[in-house]
Amino acid sequence: MYAEVLRSIDGVAIFPIVSLVMFVTFFSAMLVWTYRLGSDRLATFARMPLDTTDTRIARSDRPSQGDLRDPEAR
Amino acid sequence: MSTAVSAPAVEAPLPAEIETFAYDNAVVRQFIVATAGWGIVAFLVGLTIALKLVFPGFLAFIPQLSYGRLRPLHTNAAIFAFAGNALFVGVYYSTQRLCKARMFSDKLSALHFWGWQLIIVSAALTLPFGFTTSKEYAELEWPIDIAIALVWVTFGINLIGTVVKRRTRHMYVSIWFYLATFITVAVLHIVNSLELPVSFLKSYSMYAGVQDALVQWWYGHNAVAFFLTTPFLGIMYYFIPKAANRPVFSYRLSIVHFWALIFLYIWAGPHHLLYTALPDWAQSLGTVFSIMLIAPSWGGMVNGLLTLRGAWDRVREDPVLKFLVIGITAYGMTTFEGPMMSLKSVNALTHYTDYVIAHVHLGALAWNGGLAFAMLYYIVPRIYGTRLYSVRLANLHFWAATLGILTYAIPLYIGGITQSLMWREFGADGTLRYPNFLETVVRIIPMYALRVVGGLLFTAGALTAIYNLYRTARSGVFEPETPDQAPRLTAAAPAESGWHRALEARPTKFALLTFVAIAIGGFVEYVPTALIRSNVPTIASVKPYTPLELEGRDLYIREGCVGCHSQMIRPIRAETERYGDYSKAGEFVYDHPFLWGSKRTGPDLQREGGKYPDSWHFLHMRTPSSTSPGSIMPAYTWLYSSTLDDSHIEGKIITLRRLGVPYPDGYERQAQADLRAQAATIANGLTAAGVNASADQEVIAVIAYLQRLGTDIKNKPASTVAAVEGGR
Repeated sequence: MYAEVLRSIDGVAIFPIVSLVMFVTFFSAMLVWTYRLGSDRLATFARMPLDTTDTRIARSDRPSQGDLRDPEAR
Repeated sequence: MSTAVSAPAVEAPLPAEIETFAYDNAVVRQFIVATAGWGIVAFLVGLTIALKLVFPGFLAFIPQLSYGRLRPLHTNAAIFAFAGNALFVGVYYSTQRLCKARMFSDKLSALHFWGWQLIIVSAALTLPFGFTTSKEYAELEWPIDIAIALVWVTFGINLIGTVVKRRTRHMYVSIWFYLATFITVAVLHIVNSLELPVSFLKSYSMYAGVQDALVQWWYGHNAVAFFLTTPFLGIMYYFIPKAANRPVFSYRLSIVHFWALIFLYIWAGPHHLLYTALPDWAQSLGTVFSIMLIAPSWGGMVNGLLTLRGAWDRVREDPVLKFLVIGITAYGMTTFEGPMMSLKSVNALTHYTDYVIAHVHLGALAWNGGLAFAMLYYIVPRIYGTRLYSVRLANLHFWAATLGILTYAIPLYIGGITQSLMWREFGADGTLRYPNFLETVVRIIPMYALRVVGGLLFTAGALTAIYNLYRTARSGVFEPETPDQAPRLTAAAPAESGWHRALEARPTKFALLTFVAIAIGGFVEYVPTALIRSNVPTIASVKPYTPLELEGRDLYIREGCVGCHSQMIRPIRAETERYGDYSKAGEFVYDHPFLWGSKRTGPDLQREGGKYPDSWHFLHMRTPSSTSPGSIMPAYTWLYSSTLDDSHIEGKIITLRRLGVPYPDGYERQAQADLRAQAATIANGLTAAGVNASADQEVIAVIAYLQRLGTDIKNKPASTVAAVEGGR
């Protein structure tokens, strides 16, 4: 049923080739773009999770990873 | 980390109005509770079926708890209920914070949460009752498939809506992974679930045989890729920097990681079908792309681990980091193991064995489980404004989980290879050294027992985690919302322009491009198979199933027999010696759905027809050990006490004809009479053989189906020679 639909499209075989060329082009452009990106901008992006807010409690009162200690062990 | 009142220092090109808003923690908490609850269910069902392989009589008297019906419940619970809810925890928590925006709509969040839980409950209520399509990880029947599509779109709208209204210019790489997850899973689910309903909870796959197998494993493989990998990579890229308090090691690498991974993954599905009746070019394509996948996968792993540089001392103390490290390490191990197993020579050894089960559990328990628990340990204390109740308990959990995973996986690796070597061992006289399949099963039962110990350890660890998190929550006060402030996003400064930047600014276009990237692989693999008739040579003697055989096949599907028995003999001498002539693509043209299977806990059944008399099957399914001493197959006593329901046979014939099975017009009116006549013949034969059978027992239909398996090609050898030599 679906195969008949596909078979009735004229020149359908060109689609995968066009798709592949599209992707390879995009992928190459992406690689070039990535390697030309400025380090300062990349450094800003890389820090984005660190600039997010977890809790309303002020930072000084909040348990950070370094503060994680078993209360029973203290 | 910034405080709640400071404006974030994220690339605002122009001074803009500072806006105050609040993140929705309530939906995050809902998904956390669901992750914990469904996780325990998934682990307990897994333990139950693991015990059944050691003690086949365990809970064997309840049909709904039989191995074949519980196995899909376990896989669905682990993938969609445990890992699924965990990924939504990560997505809802990190997307809001990375976008500096509350979720697009609280109503959509609630609809998504409750809709997803309803789907899980539907799965738990249908699979044990035998309502299944039998396609792995896509077993749910058509009404639930529609519900999944609708709920998934709800999630997608909420996600994209949040990204659209974000207050950060750059769309962080985690969001890319989440968008790719949404787009690809939607495509995979819809394409693989195309089926024609027969009744409210029964349908037939739109595809048949080879094409069904190809679509199923394109789905199955990419369900692992885009449901269990990409969202968790997004989670990794958010929570590793947070927990280590270090920026991502290489953001450049993360961009390449993303685009390379989503493009390559989609092509690799056929590595699940090596040596099968799938066209050879498609198999090779799957292998090549699987090998290439090592590069982005390991790039991502290295990026995650190197983000911890300078913070490794903290891994000793922080359970969050411990679970992240074990998760990422397991990701590296499984993504190396996968490509290796896609090499034909390795695959010949590992496929159909418990090696694969060990491989997937390394991924599911360590990678998905590790990241899920790391996330829970990170988020719960924060949304409750407190600290973790007990780090000591969390460490106990870590060791129980780690040792549990090792105790689970190592015996199954050994068992899988041992059994496979036994299957292929020949004696000096050129015959199989272990011709009785059971000999190879009995040998590895101690490994199955050890696997139960591993599962127990892992589950015990998870229970301590839930207790620890519960006590953590009790010690704090839940914050339903976390307030934050950020400048409103303004138009980009000229220096900020660029084509990829433009793309990031438009999440819908970004999603569209992702769709194009993933569509290419599917298109190239699937379409030629559908277009070129010669890919599936027809075999003149292969005929549609008789009505009784069709009912028997549906019972075979209902009982989940495909979970332990393959129907695909590979062209390998050890297999043709053991099972008979290798399988040809043309033999499956009327199989909606295909039932090739992926595991041989029992022997292959492709050439089962005519191998034993009807009476053997009758006795075997009632008491397997009576005909096969030492068998771990469960007894199917209910097939003898239940009357065959043939009321839907007319609809089944009509539906299959619509799908292209050449039943003559009007045959549906004759189908029931034919069914009963064939059942009476089998029952009479059994009675003559001294077995007390009745024509209306369900088991009669199963026997009819089993006796048909693989026999068509034997019936008229003259007419099949050309097609067979025409190749697979």
